[in-house]
Amino acid sequence: MQRFEFLGRFARNRGALVGACLILLVALMAAFASVFFPTDPLRIVGLPELWPGEDPEFPLGTDSLGRDILSMIVHGARATLLIGLFASAVATIIGVGVGAIAGYFGGWVDEIAMRAAELFQTIPNLIFVLTIVVILGSTLTNIVIAIGIVSWTPIARMTRAEFLSLRDREFVQACRSMGMSDFRIIVSEILPNALPPVIVLSSLVVAGAILFESAVSFLGLGDPNVASWGRLVGDGRQLIRSSWYICAIPGIAIMITVLCLNLVGDGLNDALNPKLRDR
Amino acid sequence: MSLLSLRDVRVQFNTAGGVVRAVNGVSLDLAVGETLGLVGESGCGKSTLGKAIMKLVPVSGGEIVVEGVDIAPLSGEQLTGMRRKVQMIFQDPYGSLNPRSTVGRSVAQPLVLAGWKAGATAERVETLLRWVGLPSDAKQRYPHEFSGGQRQRIGIARALALSPKLIICDEPVSALDVSVRAQVINLLEDLKSEFGVSYLFISHDLSVVEHIADRVAVMYLGMLFEVGGRDQIWKSPQHPYTRALLAAAPIANPKLARARQRTVLQGELPSPLNPPPGCPFNSRCPMAQDRCRVEKPVLRPVANGAQAACHFV
Repeated sequence: MQRFEFLGRFARNRGALVGACLILLVALMAAFASVFFPTDPLRIVGLPELWPGEDPEFPLGTDSLGRDILSMIVHGARATLLIGLFASAVATIIGVGVGAIAGYFGGWVDEIAMRAAELFQTIPNLIFVLTIVVILGSTLTNIVIAIGIVSWTPIARMTRAEFLSLRDREFVQACRSMGMSDFRIIVSEILPNALPPVIVLSSLVVAGAILFESAVSFLGLGDPNVASWGRLVGDGRQLIRSSWYICAIPGIAIMITVLCLNLVGDGLNDALNPKLRDR
Repeated sequence: MSLLSLRDVRVQFNTAGGVVRAVNGVSLDLAVGETLGLVGESGCGKSTLGKAIMKLVPVSGGEIVVEGVDIAPLSGEQLTGMRRKVQMIFQDPYGSLNPRSTVGRSVAQPLVLAGWKAGATAERVETLLRWVGLPSDAKQRYPHEFSGGQRQRIGIARALALSPKLIICDEPVSALDVSVRAQVINLLEDLKSEFGVSYLFISHDLSVVEHIADRVAVMYLGMLFEVGGRDQIWKSPQHPYTRALLAAAPIANPKLARARQRTVLQGELPSPLNPPPGCPFNSRCPMAQDRCRVEKPVLRPVANGAQAACHFV
């Protein structure tokens, strides 16, 4: 019952609905990439630099080495989405953990956590990601962790604010008066109430993470074994004057996906925010 | 032996503006099966005292003795025994239940924490909901599906779960409609006669306290001004503050209301950050003299058989 109401409110935001549908399409594309294109996308299959439409076998053309761009886009969707999701998960876990502890305990714990968050916020994000990737090495895991490390601060602030407003509510006092442990109060009582705005923020972090990964790959620091969209843009950049479509096609894919994720985030915000419920 | 015995309890908060002495040396006894009404105006520290007994706020001095055990210095797991004896009902029926927990889960919580098995817990929850007059299908529903009075019943069921001996009622009916108020008060009285539970009934609503309390304690700015039997206090209040407080309560009969003598207090409750020296009431008291500005009065037996803290009664 409650769930259907939620879906109804979400669907009332047209942009969010379109965004969600397109994201679903990209996700399906990613999930069934090997069904549509069973061969390795990085294999040379045709003549180099065929423009889109030039050869019906390669609807989006081929790159400078003669690889099928459509196949690379479809396979790249998997890497790009996974990086986005996992980086957002890392950021959410760190952010919710730090924010919850800071907001619940307050005092010097809060002081230290928030100063640490400020420290992370003052370092330019992209440079920080690049530094971490360069030091730890260009593997997928390291890139995900690096993006997570630079993206957790807004989530921590949001979680902290929610905890501050919830920790003195009477139902929390009731739990404390029963002798419930702090850990249990945080996880099973306050967190479920604090999550809705955090979920919205996490969905936006997915979009931000995709952009970060694209930037890292564009600069040639991405995982060499993974054909993410950012890497496709990066690979095509030498030929940008003659065959600009090699950069443009994965670029458009990134743009559409990030736009859709933002629309979905807005829709979630409307649907999860009870104050906007009756508008 | 009294069930609850407070000796010189103090609670202070360090704020940016200085130290607030919210509870400033309160001594009080509560016998088994007794209902003690704690009254006073907003900000006098009555809720803080209730929370101090539950150890929800740090106690900075004094003894809180529950059945012979001083719980003031205890913390964490050491309080488990006391938690079973003392429970609390909160003021705001909208805020005292987790909006994302079903009613069954909320009521079962104290039992789960006390290590009850799932089967016994479920049975007990059914019984508790029946006692407080809620339908048994209430347990899989969420708090927002219930009215204020029903939610307060859920809070009462939760407080009763472990069969406590004392329930601290922190303004349990202040947030309810007058029509629902009577139902909840009656429920509390029924439960008392059935299970022999004692109440510390914190309220600013004098008519409710007059109805439910056996004894009454009047609090002002962190200290007790008068403690005594309900009839002693209602018929012949001794302390000038008690008199003013009772005179301020509305009376249903307009003839009686016009006829009575009223002392109307001037001004506001002084800031607890900067209480007046001597008797904290001296800034508003019609009887205040020089001695009141220097010497703090203590509770002592007075004419009506109660105890009052005033130099001139």
